[in-house]
Amino acid sequence: MKKIALIVTIAMAIASCKNTDDTVVNPVAVSFNFSHNWDGNAIENADFEVTQYTNAHGEELSISKIVYLISDITFISSTGVVYDAGDYNLVNVRDGNNITFTPDILIPPGDYTVSFTFGFDDEDNIDGAYLDLNSSDGSWNVPTPLGGGYHYMRLEGKFIDNTSMEIGYQYHVIRANDMNVLPLLLQDTSFKVNLGQVTVSNNTNVEVKMNVAEWFKNPNEWDLNALHSFLMPNFNAQIMMSENGQLDVFSIGTITQ
Amino acid sequence: MRHYVIAFLLSSLLVISCNKKDDIIIETGYVPTPMPFSIPQIFQDKLLPPIVPIDNPQTIEGIALGRKLFYDPILSADGTQACASCHGPQFSFTDPRQFSIGIDNIAGTRNSMPIFNLAWNFNEKFFWDGRVPSIELQAIEPVINPIEMHNTWANAVASLQASIDYPQLFSEAFGTSTIDATLVTKAIAQFERTLISGNSKFDKHLLGEATLNASELSGLNVFLDETKGDCFHCHGNPNNPLWTDNSFHNNGLDETFTDRGLGDFTGDPRDFGLFKTPSLRNLAYTAPFMHDGRFVTLEEVINHYSEGLVYSETIDPLMKTIAQGGVNLSESDKADLKAFLLSLSDPSFINNPDFQDPN
Repeated sequence: MKKIALIVTIAMAIASCKNTDDTVVNPVAVSFNFSHNWDGNAIENADFEVTQYTNAHGEELSISKIVYLISDITFISSTGVVYDAGDYNLVNVRDGNNITFTPDILIPPGDYTVSFTFGFDDEDNIDGAYLDLNSSDGSWNVPTPLGGGYHYMRLEGKFIDNTSMEIGYQYHVIRANDMNVLPLLLQDTSFKVNLGQVTVSNNTNVEVKMNVAEWFKNPNEWDLNALHSFLMPNFNAQIMMSENGQLDVFSIGTITQ
Repeated sequence: MRHYVIAFLLSSLLVISCNKKDDIIIETGYVPTPMPFSIPQIFQDKLLPPIVPIDNPQTIEGIALGRKLFYDPILSADGTQACASCHGPQFSFTDPRQFSIGIDNIAGTRNSMPIFNLAWNFNEKFFWDGRVPSIELQAIEPVINPIEMHNTWANAVASLQASIDYPQLFSEAFGTSTIDATLVTKAIAQFERTLISGNSKFDKHLLGEATLNASELSGLNVFLDETKGDCFHCHGNPNNPLWTDNSFHNNGLDETFTDRGLGDFTGDPRDFGLFKTPSLRNLAYTAPFMHDGRFVTLEEVINHYSEGLVYSETIDPLMKTIAQGGVNLSESDKADLKAFLLSLSDPSFINNPDFQDPN
């Protein structure tokens, strides 16, 4: 992350020099607003703990928690200059914490391709390194026996199982780890989300939409009866969650200027 | 022109403000001595700095006053009960009785909470039900609670004001000898923020100064194993040495609630039966356990999570295999888990001379 910040600083310095020669263009901040829905129906605080959703596999479920980490929001200009503050944001949907986030970087107005990383990639997923995350949401860390680092997402709730019992699920997304292999096999299951083209001006806000239903849908239709608990040490489950996250979970919403 | 006028008025206000501030300092003529936190190495390495209100910085005089008040029964209506009566240092500042008994011999309904590491409660929700947002405000309530000290703040303040030594001690701590409830609770909060526990055997293990035995190490693995204890999602891990999430959960104690916990405060049915996660530090001294002190031993606590869980509508999704009562740990896993948990106890904390009764 530090390397990227250095590159960005140099790039900004170069960009600033050019601007001075031409016309003065003040760099600007870009804010992001994270919104959440279930197949188009907005998820608000009042929707938590209410059994009102049905996943693609047919299980009725409620949501009690959605907390997730995004990092490295990146802007690539039309000339290929890369801007990345290298920071991160832990979104707590139910509490409404960090729903709005402004990366700590100023960029020249213009057209950009925008992306972010869901979770931490291996370069950033450093065990215990982030003091705020160590105590965020109780235990945002991943225990060392599971590879250490941090959760990418905690999606929790309850569902009606195939015996009509209500039981909890813990859809916890972390770096895939296989404890059956020595040394522990780790696979980076964070992924880049491309939001597409954004024109940045003075007061640009970008809405990032998460469709929670998609975590259970494509390409892996999620059977909660089989996969509701103990998913952190489940290597294949982590791969499947990552695959589902990469398809249609995130999309760009309204852009305001 | 209008902007110039506004700017001039603002400047004038600033000058007046500065003058007034200078006058106050000259008038009181006293500035208490700042007291930096003594932060354990493991906290420095893993946690954000402690929370200290801007309007109540830690000072030597404030802490000393708070300590004296904490142990002084003068705050209670009949002069028989102090904070320490239900928060004894030898019990990690909790009460070994299931329910504490107030001055009128009436028992409470919840087990007294231990007091340590409160400055790292980043959620800033105190009590079992999270109903107050600061340590200062927490200290307001026991004095006037009818089943605790059963006093009024007016009486408590009058008693302090009439005493021989307190007016001078308040003057030294806050620059005024005029006592009020706000200053009393500020002093107590300053003392409580010094109650820091971060020197357990496990802390030393993390610093390379102690070695866990085989049972303690196995217990740590049970604690961190999502298929076994899965304790870490609520109780922290070696990277979160608070050993609590300072949040609220229904941990499967009851099918119905006589005490709604957080729900009594918020009024939200989704919060019924949720109580604050206590830290796992100092369990060797903090029995009995749970919000109502129902479990006398650690074995009972572990058995609850292993095979005693019961369903209720608000039970936390982290409580697994409820139909079987829990994950059914083996007896050796239970013993190891207990050994690990006890390694989080900190005898230097309960014996710290700075925390004992100064009166």
